[in-house]
Amino acid sequence: MADARSIGRIAVKGVGKLYQRPKQPPVQVLDNCSFEIEPAKLTVLMGASGCGKSTLAYMIAGYLSPDKGSMTIDDISIVGPGPDRIMVFQETALWPWMTVIENVIFGPRALGSMSDAEARSKANALLTKFGLIEFRDKYPGQLSGGMKRRAELAQALINSPKIMILDEPFRGLDVMTRELMQEYYVGLFEETRLTTLFITAELEEAIFLADRLLIMGGSPSRIVKAIEVDLPHPRTWEVLTSERYLEIKEEIMRLLYQDQEAELLAQ
Amino acid sequence: MRMLRNRKFWMMCAGNLGLFALWYGSVKWIPLESFRRMPDPVRVMTEWFNPNPVFGISIFVKTYYFHILYSTYRALVSFFLAVSLGVPLGILMGWNKKVREFASALLGLLQPVPPLAWVPLAILILPGEAAVIFVCFLVAFFATALNTYVGVKSIDPDYFRAAACLGASRKDVLFDVIIPGALPNIFTGLQIAMGAAWFSLAAGEMIAAQYGLGFLIMESYNLVQVPTIVIGMATLGLLGYFSSMFIRYVGGKLMRWREEAMGVKG
Repeated sequence: MADARSIGRIAVKGVGKLYQRPKQPPVQVLDNCSFEIEPAKLTVLMGASGCGKSTLAYMIAGYLSPDKGSMTIDDISIVGPGPDRIMVFQETALWPWMTVIENVIFGPRALGSMSDAEARSKANALLTKFGLIEFRDKYPGQLSGGMKRRAELAQALINSPKIMILDEPFRGLDVMTRELMQEYYVGLFEETRLTTLFITAELEEAIFLADRLLIMGGSPSRIVKAIEVDLPHPRTWEVLTSERYLEIKEEIMRLLYQDQEAELLAQ
Repeated sequence: MRMLRNRKFWMMCAGNLGLFALWYGSVKWIPLESFRRMPDPVRVMTEWFNPNPVFGISIFVKTYYFHILYSTYRALVSFFLAVSLGVPLGILMGWNKKVREFASALLGLLQPVPPLAWVPLAILILPGEAAVIFVCFLVAFFATALNTYVGVKSIDPDYFRAAACLGASRKDVLFDVIIPGALPNIFTGLQIAMGAAWFSLAAGEMIAAQYGLGFLIMESYNLVQVPTIVIGMATLGLLGYFSSMFIRYVGGKLMRWREEAMGVKG
């Protein structure tokens, strides 16, 4: 994964998206939305729920296309989904009818990118690393929430993607598991340095994980602010008590409140 | 031996005993002339297990099995025909928009027609044996096709998205996502289809057959051989029960992931 440092630059320029639903007025979800995601960085996209975070993620993943503007990865336009970008979903998308290892080797098998034996040994290595090796022949329904998320990370990483897109991956986990997963994930990221877009609605999670924080706001939504989070690496829970952390938090809170006040005034 | 300690088993026994008691009581103690025409359970049992049955049908008589074989044959043929056509159609409907639009208009119009309403037309256009099978097939076919279609539709869209981003081809999606994802609903459809096949079979045989349990029931009615009517009914009940038990068993084997996941959550 050494070359992962140099690739995976996402550029989003002037993107707009209009949702048209039958028998309802169309909704302009995004307008004039521009930002860049730098390679080998963990970029966190934050915004209130319903602001179009997932829409942006789906467009980068290639499931939706923008009405206006352009989206490129390493200067190549995004056309449809592809194995260079792997998305981890809000609710787990492990197929419940496949065992853990079958889920993990699905990607290599579908792509024919490696032999079955190679895929299995790589999957075993990943599962060992994620503490799931004893569960490889279990079905996802037999795993806990945290284990499922780790299995999904293994399912994604086996394909050595350029970019990881995580759409509120820890939503629905209990607080303890969630904090453990965040710490686990930040460790994993520091090790692999895969270009990552991480979406969340939680401020603490956002600051704790991010190298760079993009704040969404306005209606229709766009990126209202980009903040470099210069907290030290490796990240541990101690950063949450540091002064710099509190400064960043305050700055963002102010931004979010401004946005809400403007919305109230507009009404 | 484990069965004897199983609470469910004893509850089932109690339920069945209760049914027999109710039956016995309603024949013997309700002072209604019309209820007296009904044979009580003791009379039915003695006839059913009689080496020399009064009305010619018991477990010791070859003709009894002849009727069973005919009915089972018809039910199974129509069931398998329905499954082998209904499941692929349901999957195609869920998979392809054009097929869905085309087929849903057709199914939407034909499905509400009650199966028995087909019988006269079926007799007119098809030779004897095929008419009954056709009617059973139709009902079972609608049940499998619609349930399979609902099954495909109810698969979480994230499962398709995940497959797309992992580079799955359309064939991978069909075999690894659509078919296993729709399987629980497919099996619900098969259960309904099996029930529907037996149900319309009995009705079809009453009108358009020379053999079979439905025919036996109707003939016994005409000849006022009342215990034999009940023997026919009970046999149909048992056959239906065992066939849906068999489907559940096969479904459980094919969907081990469901049973094991449920086992954990208890």
